Parts: sequence; structure tokens; C-alpha cells
Amino acid sequence: MKQLAESPQLQLTEQGQLRHFLTIEGLSKTLLTEILDTADSFISMEQQSVKKVPLLRGKTVVNLFFEASTRTRTTFELAAKRLSADVINLDISTSATSKGETLLDMLKNLEAMASDMFVVRHANSGAAHFIAEQVTPNIAIINAGDGRHAHPTQAMLDMLTIRRHKGDFENLSVAIVGDVLHSRVARSQIHALKILGVPDIRIITPNTLRPFDIESMGVTVYNRMIEGLAGADVVITLRLQNERMESALLPSQHEFYRLYGLSADKLKYAKPDAIVMHPGPINRGVEIDSEIADGSQSVILNQVSYGIAVRMAVMSMAMSGQTTQAQENHGAEVSP
Amino acid sequence: MNLWIRGGRLIDPANNTDTITDLHIHDGKVVAIGPYDGTSATVIDAKGLIVCPGFVDLSVSLRKQQKASVSAESRAAAAGGITSMCCLPDTSPVIDSSSAATLVQDLAHQAGFCNVWPIGALTQGLAGSQLSEMGTLKEAGCIGMSNLRQPFENTRVLLRCLEYAASYNVMVFFNPVEHSLADDGCVHEGPFATRLGLKGVPETAETVALTRDLLLVEQTGVRAHFGQLTCARSVDLIANAQKRGLPVTADVCIHHLLGTEADIQNFNSLNHIQPPLRTQRDREALQRGVQDGIISAICSHHHPHPMSAKMAPFAATEPGISTLDTLLPQSLKLVENNVLTLTQMIERLTCGPAQAANLKSGSLAVGDIADICIFDADEDWLVSAETLNSSGHNTPLMGTELRGRVKHTLLAGRQVYPLRS
Repeated sequence: MKQLAESPQLQLTEQGQLRHFLTIEGLSKTLLTEILDTADSFISMEQQSVKKVPLLRGKTVVNLFFEASTRTRTTFELAAKRLSADVINLDISTSATSKGETLLDMLKNLEAMASDMFVVRHANSGAAHFIAEQVTPNIAIINAGDGRHAHPTQAMLDMLTIRRHKGDFENLSVAIVGDVLHSRVARSQIHALKILGVPDIRIITPNTLRPFDIESMGVTVYNRMIEGLAGADVVITLRLQNERMESALLPSQHEFYRLYGLSADKLKYAKPDAIVMHPGPINRGVEIDSEIADGSQSVILNQVSYGIAVRMAVMSMAMSGQTTQAQENHGAEVSP
Repeated sequence: MNLWIRGGRLIDPANNTDTITDLHIHDGKVVAIGPYDGTSATVIDAKGLIVCPGFVDLSVSLRKQQKASVSAESRAAAAGGITSMCCLPDTSPVIDSSSAATLVQDLAHQAGFCNVWPIGALTQGLAGSQLSEMGTLKEAGCIGMSNLRQPFENTRVLLRCLEYAASYNVMVFFNPVEHSLADDGCVHEGPFATRLGLKGVPETAETVALTRDLLLVEQTGVRAHFGQLTCARSVDLIANAQKRGLPVTADVCIHHLLGTEADIQNFNSLNHIQPPLRTQRDREALQRGVQDGIISAICSHHHPHPMSAKMAPFAATEPGISTLDTLLPQSLKLVENNVLTLTQMIERLTCGPAQAANLKSGSLAVGDIADICIFDADEDWLVSAETLNSSGHNTPLMGTELRGRVKHTLLAGRQVYPLRS
């Protein structure tokens, strides 16, 4: 077993190119901007109705979903197909592979079948890191969500949405509302906003759904919507899982909606041109009012369509980095 | 058998000794301390080395009561200078019967590398609901009882356990944890847990339980030892209890004296331990507690695992570090960092734990059993699969160089490390 601690730049090649996409944390502003620019180029391509590009032709992408997800898996599948890759979808129930060794065996088998990229979703934080570092380092790993840790492609599509609607990041106030404690999306968003230069990042949540010392990630915490939304340019509402009502974290959906649900009377405290975002799927009438979700300030459907472009960008960049690294490693073996 | 250890620096905190001298061992005991008398004897040249009582380790997990694993781990203990170790009751089978308590001692005796003192289960099967046969377990050699970090059905069961234990003067080893607060967390609840999205164990999971336990100790008068404390506030609570005259001692494991929550960065599962590594402030308070003697023992909290147990996403890996082989050089880091003097360090590894657990060891006065560790405080060695003796290679120190190496370990006057072929 290699020393985990020795690889802070696990997801980068020696030249600083992406070779896995595991987390936003630790990436440079330049690299995040490159992802956004590349995604932008795919979007204009979509408008010219160029559906497919050959960047991943002959490559095999395996969607490894240890946690059920239709939406995210579908956008990854679409992205891979538009890059001309062969796609295999594997939905693996977590129970069958809860033990490490079973997971290892399965991944080794897939590696032996000449896979080039794994898109991984797993209920355990650090699962994608573990696979990239310990199991199949020569396969590009794209993290499609690991526990509460990270959901970096979701965060990047959110950044693309913000950039396309607000122009840049330099003077923005962004408020993230709701269940931050259990949210990998929020953690990745905070890293991305911070790196891209957003000066004012706010969390609005009751203390039961607030991660310990979240301030250390560079955010300001508010308990009340009126204060937290005041003057915000971007309002991101998070999905509230029903289970949260069962573990003494919240009294009821009704009270959560009254205090934290995004409705017209609360949204009016944000800037008049504030955009409203949600990673989906929406619980209408729980964390967001239907009127707002479908209203003029909502960019929720734009987020979904940008999702494909961002995933195409990340997949093509990681594959290119992985290929470069492989060639260099090969070169190094030939000439010692 | 006649043996002389010549020219070493004898550091024996139990007897306030720190001097360069010779030691005469006969029939497994120290018979004289002073210049070699020239009689014919086996001689160990200890010039430039430190001679001290063999280390006493209050927390070792042997996992399986099988010949091979008991033999391997007690051999690793000998290589680490440890001559007495307390075996936790969570072996397979659990030490909740006299036969299980006898078996582990028999296996250790057959292996012959290290004294193994079983700690019995405080409740049957460690299940937290029914008292174990503490009287029988004590007769079978258990030096005390513990429920480890397993929960009690309710506080009344715990109270009854303590009352019963106090009736027979049975010592209770506590590992305070309030399970409803720990809530399956795997790391310290702090900024690193937040970033990595790992479920945290708040400090209060330990301090709430410790406060409750101390009140129950006061009520029942049971002799109590608190093991592997991790928080600054816990040190204050223990200090306060000792000041009030409660019969309470405490230890800390070496990992918590050297590591912090930052060591879990990059999901390093080799630093996944229970209780978790905490903050720098906690580490400093624990170090001060060891300095002041509020915490009188340093233990290894040794947990050997096959590497497969660490090959999974962080929270799914088994907690624990293999430590017997590295206890001495890791403890010497505390001396190097001016946390402890060399004498204090040896005290916390010898008479400190021996007195806490009421063991007749950790002292090298004339007439004492010759359990001895002889080490070179300056020798560097590389931690590798070849140099580790434990069956568990699960240490974050793998591949690193450590300073301080055991040269000889004697168990009742017999050299058990290195083995003479």
C-alpha cells in the first residue's frame, strides 16, 4: 500500500494537467477557468447542433454507480457519447460491495477489460480518491459524488451557470441555503467559489445542519434568511432529504419551509436581478416554492443543460492528462 | 543462570536511579547493582546503551486467541522492549470466561516472549447488559475488567457493574464514549472532518461519558483507570478527580501525543484510529498531562490488521495502528521535542503503567524480577516489512526512518530479543 499522505496532487499530472477529477479543493483558478472555457466551447457547438466530437473515440467509459442516480448518470452517459466514447453502465448495490475486497476485485476486473475511465459515485466519502490512488491509478477517475465529501462536476456546472449569467466572479455575493451538513454539492461549490474569487460566500442554515467549523472553509454563516439573503447576487438552494426529519435534526418540513424555504417574500431581500439555482431534484414546497423554481429568476434548467458540457470538458481533459502521463511513464521506462 | 549487564546507563525511575553501572542477574532476578565482580557469567555489553525496566503496555489488541497471533504479537512486543502487556478482552473468543482468560495466558506462556495480562470483559460478551463473572475472571488472572468502547444497555447496568466490581476490589478500565454522541463517527469533529465530508466524533462524546463515569466511580468507590484519553478537557476532569482524592489513574496512547486531526488528510486510512486523533490544542494538553503525571502511562494501543482491512474508502476501513514495534522510537520523539525528559518517558512506560494496573513490574531494585529493556537512543532504523515483527503492517510510519532501537529485551533474566540462534 502506498503512502496516501504523499500525494496531495493525486489528480494532476506532473505538468499540472488534470488526470483524475476527484475534488475541487487544491485546484488552481487557471485550471477551473480552463474547464469552464472548454465547456463553453462545447455549448456553442451544441447551438450549431454539432452533437458529437471525436475526443474520446475508441475509449471505454464505465459508469460505476454504487449509489442510485438516474439524472447524474444520464448526463455522464450523454457527455461520454457526445465525446464518441463507448459507455458501459454498472449500477452496483452498495450492499453487495460494502466490503473493501469485493470492490477491489471488481475494479481490477474492469481494469483488465481495458477500461479507460471510471465515473464513480459512492456513498462513502473518499471512495473516488481511494480508487484513483490505491486501485487503478492508470484509469482516469471522475468523481460523480462521494458521501458528503465532493461532487465536483456539479459544482463546476454551477460555476458555469453563474459565469454565463453574471459575467464574472469578482464582486458576487453567493448564498447557499439549507442542508449543508450532508451536502457534497455545497462543499464543492464553496471550494470552487473561493478559488474563482467570489469575495462573499454565505451559508444559511439552522445549526443542526451546519458542519462543524464550516467557517474555516471561508464562508459566513447565517441562521436567518432575511439576513443571509440581503443583497445576494446568487441564491443556491440545496435539496432537503426527507430522512432529516427523522434524526432530530429538524422538527418538520412545514417549519423548514417557513424558515428556510425560498419563497417570493424571502427572495425579495436578495438583489432584484439575483439568480436562483438548485442542484436538483427539487422538493417543491420544501426547500423552494414552485413559483420561484419556475419563475423568471430561476436558472435551474440551464444548470441541467450546462451539466453535459461541463462533464464533456472534464472527461476530455482528464483523458488527455492520463494519456500524456502514460506516454511519459512509458518513455521513462524505455530510457532509464 | 548468571548474567551481567555491563557499562550501561541504568535509568530506573521507580527507584530514582540514573547512573552508569553494572547489573547482576541470577535466577531471573536482579541480585546486585554495582561493579562487575569478575565471576564467570554471560555478559551483555551495554556501553553507550540505556538499561531500564521492560516496558509495560496497558492496551494491546491481540485480535485472535490463536497460537500464531499471540506468538507473533508477543514477539513484536519483545522486539519493542515491552515485557508486560495487557490484553484487551475483545479477542476472539471474548475474555468473559475463565477458560478464555486462561487460554490467552497459556498461549503467551508457551510463546515465552512477554508477560500477557488479560483484562476481562466487564459485561458478558461485552454486550453491555449482564455482569460478567468478575470474581471468577479475577481468579483466572484478569488484572481488571473493561467494556472497552462498547455501549452499556443503560447507565444502571454500568452502575451495577461498578458496584459489583468494587465488592471484590476489581479494577475497572474505562474507555469513555457516549455512543449517541459519537454516532458512528470515524474522525474528530473538526475542520478536517468537515472538508473531507467524514462523520465526526465530537469531543463531548468523550467528556460527557467521562464526567458520568467519574461521578459513578465516586459513588461506588471502585478503583478506576481511564484509557486512551484524547481531549484537553478530559485531562482537566481527571486532574480534578485526582485532586478530590478519587482512586483514578489515566493513560494516553502514543498516537494522540504525536498526531492530530490533520493526519487524516487525503483520506489516509492508516491514521484511522478510535478514539480519533484530535486538535493540536488537545495534543498539547495531553502532553502537559503526561508531563505533570496526571496521566501516568503511555500505551501503544496496538491494533494489528491485515492490509486488506485498510483497503477501502476511509470510513469503511478498520480503525487501528500496529504500534508495538515503534513504541520506543515514537516515545523518544517526546524527549527530542522537550515534552518529557528521558527519565519521565521511561517512567511513563514502566512504573507509571505498572502502578496504575497494580502489576509487580516496572522496577529494577535488588530482588525484583529481571524484566529489562536495553536500548540505543541514537540508532536510526527504517520501518519496513522486514524490520516489523508484528503481523500487522498497518502503520503510517512504513518507509520512514525512526531514531531509537531496542538492542536486548530480557524476560525474567532470559533474553527474548534478539533471539540467540
